[in-house]
Amino acid sequence: MSEPLELVVSAPPHIRAKETVSGIIGWVILALLPVTLMSVYVFGLYAAKIIILSVGTTVLTEAAIQRLRKIPITIGDGSAALTGLLLALILPPKVPWWIPVIGGFVAIALGKQVFGGLGYNVFNPALVGRAVLMVSWAELMAQSWLSPLGRLDAVSTATPLALMKQARVGLAQFHSAYYYKPLLFTNPGGCLGEVSALLLLVGVTILLYKRIIEWRIPASFLGTVFVLSLFTKTDPLFQVLAGGLLLGAFFMATDYVTSPMTSRGALIFGTGCGFITVLLRCFSNVSEGVTYAILFMNALTPLIDRYTMPRIYGKGKRREKSSS
Amino acid sequence: MVKIARWGTYLPETKEKTSGRLIEDASLPSEVVIPLCQHIGAPCDPLVEKGDRVLIGQKIGDTEAFCSAPIHASVSGEVIGVEPRPHFTGDCLLSVVIAPDGKQESVEFAGVSGKLTPQKVRCAVREAGLVGLGGAAFPTHVKLCPPEGKSIDSVIINGCECEPFITCDHRNMLEKTDLLLDGLRIIMATVEAEKGYIGIKMNKLDAIRKVEELVAGEENVKVARLDTKYPHGAEKQLIKAILEREVPSGGLPMDVGALVHNAGTTIAISEAVREGKPLTERVLTVTGPGVKNPKNLRVKIGTPIGHLIEECGGFEGEPGKVIMGGPMTGFAQFSIDVPVVKGTSGVILFPRDQVKITPHDPCFRCGRCIRACPVFLIPNFIGLYVERDMIDKAEAYSVMDCIECGLCGYVCPARRPMVQYMKYAKGKIMARRKKIS
Ligand code: SF4
Ligand code: SF4
Repeated sequence: MSEPLELVVSAPPHIRAKETVSGIIGWVILALLPVTLMSVYVFGLYAAKIIILSVGTTVLTEAAIQRLRKIPITIGDGSAALTGLLLALILPPKVPWWIPVIGGFVAIALGKQVFGGLGYNVFNPALVGRAVLMVSWAELMAQSWLSPLGRLDAVSTATPLALMKQARVGLAQFHSAYYYKPLLFTNPGGCLGEVSALLLLVGVTILLYKRIIEWRIPASFLGTVFVLSLFTKTDPLFQVLAGGLLLGAFFMATDYVTSPMTSRGALIFGTGCGFITVLLRCFSNVSEGVTYAILFMNALTPLIDRYTMPRIYGKGKRREKSSS
Repeated sequence: MVKIARWGTYLPETKEKTSGRLIEDASLPSEVVIPLCQHIGAPCDPLVEKGDRVLIGQKIGDTEAFCSAPIHASVSGEVIGVEPRPHFTGDCLLSVVIAPDGKQESVEFAGVSGKLTPQKVRCAVREAGLVGLGGAAFPTHVKLCPPEGKSIDSVIINGCECEPFITCDHRNMLEKTDLLLDGLRIIMATVEAEKGYIGIKMNKLDAIRKVEELVAGEENVKVARLDTKYPHGAEKQLIKAILEREVPSGGLPMDVGALVHNAGTTIAISEAVREGKPLTERVLTVTGPGVKNPKNLRVKIGTPIGHLIEECGGFEGEPGKVIMGGPMTGFAQFSIDVPVVKGTSGVILFPRDQVKITPHDPCFRCGRCIRACPVFLIPNFIGLYVERDMIDKAEAYSVMDCIECGLCGYVCPARRPMVQYMKYAKGKIMARRKKIS
């Protein structure tokens, strides 16, 4: 018999794909960098402050809560930082400094950790943070916009979407085509992350190419908004470009944890998001529907998953809960 | 054009080191250890005792049971023990240990004489101790006896060789193409099937061309070109890909009129029927980044894998992991004394610095396992339930249909031990079902 060797014994498979959780999240953060940098360029250093405060708060909150619960600290996976970055990108550029701090804390504490941490949360944490801010400090959250067409130092104007809504009831003049160019290239009139649709799409291209996100959710989301805009007689292209829809469709609605995992489920989810977005934008008194649309569909995700499970090989009918 | 399945994943093939190398004969080891159960089914009883002299091809273990396969000596020499020895599954199995005398004397073999009849073929295949050489090691003659009322119209030869690294079937198909086709015709005649298919993946174009050339113009035998996604070589997935038929859950291929044999087995069938040659050796691939000179070897059954590693130049770097079988489904070994058995398709070695044991993260619902699963299960849900020991839930989510292909574990970015979850749940459910019945 041969000398005993020290061999590692573990269960198959003995090879693994290279992707890791932190790697995937890292790519998403990277994909957001172009638009993040642009927002600092356009809105100035104050934007950088918002971003740093938001990311700092989410990371610290996650670490603190995990410390208190005496469970392993997982800020290394990058998910808290991503939440912070996303939250900052859906804040207006002139909010007071404590807004991202409160938002970041709420996002992690209420949006993620109460459910048990990454993988168990029902709602997109960044959107939870934003929703709470919008309800609690509605004016601050709505009035800190800069004029989209004017110069950078102009303050406080209605968002293009709000203008569109006023125009529908005859309160204002509104020409959506004016907004194409700023929305695509440099838009000083929205949240940090709405600063340039083109740069956002650069990141999206990376994620689609690396197959980190699938086309189903964003395509059905945007497609539904586009088509419904035709029905509600609003400019479909403007609808798609405005109000953080691109950011929401590509970076929020595609969040693995809070969206359906099945292919059919993804289509239902995206379509639902699009439907609610247009509904809120056109018929409610909130002018901007993406946040609530995604949160609402987040709540339906477990249900969608349950009813769209694939048919198992060799089993005739859709999955029946046979023996339970 | 080959059809692209919506399940599965392209794995790194890592076959290039051995796919172009001719099969070489391995030298005789100083002892061979032949376990008396190398198949699914009843173990054999020993027919020899310590001190007996045996010849190549002499039966050293057999049983009356139908679902079993006899065991033959693979070398000539003296039996130095009939005792429990470590097996690749981690158990200890009763084994016949033989010290080869180097003379390599053999008993006389004789092929089937006269006209081939199904009965004669089955008998020859059983007497040769044939089992599925792809890894499952199911007794071959049992598969050749479809029960009353089941008819088989299509025979499929599985030449996919799905597992990365392994190239023994590829070499077999190239070097013994005639026997492959002869074996296929024997099987078709035995089960009275009209159609024969040889399923080969597109990463073995040379084998595809060679077989296609030989079957050109034949009506009833065809090469089925298959996409390189893993796991096309899984029996039920192969049937679906070639015949567009789905084997019912819990059923067998014959339920849909199909019969699948591995390429190596098919060649062995031809040899057993024409020459009466028992299964005393097999071709396998010794490879991986942890071995100096990777090779395809023809090896006596019972050769300790340590001997094969020496035969291939020894370890490259510090030994880290030794796997018997493929990297997706094979077994990691404690010791290199375990012997090659009939179902061993390869020995794969990894050096220490390439073996990482990483803690796993929680599932973040990325859905990669769901998109990969060839059975369309929801592996992550099953895993989460098993983690909480909710076996009933795992059963409700059809864990019993899992074929343990390993893909969910391969793709999982959270490095979750998916296959362990599946195996654990299946084991528990099986044990419970046994208790009830
Ligand atoms: S091991 Fe089982 S659950 Fe996992 S992918 Fe393969 S068949 Fe599906
Ligand atoms: S691949 Fe892993 S992390 Fe992704 S859904 Fe499956 S189990 Fe969860």
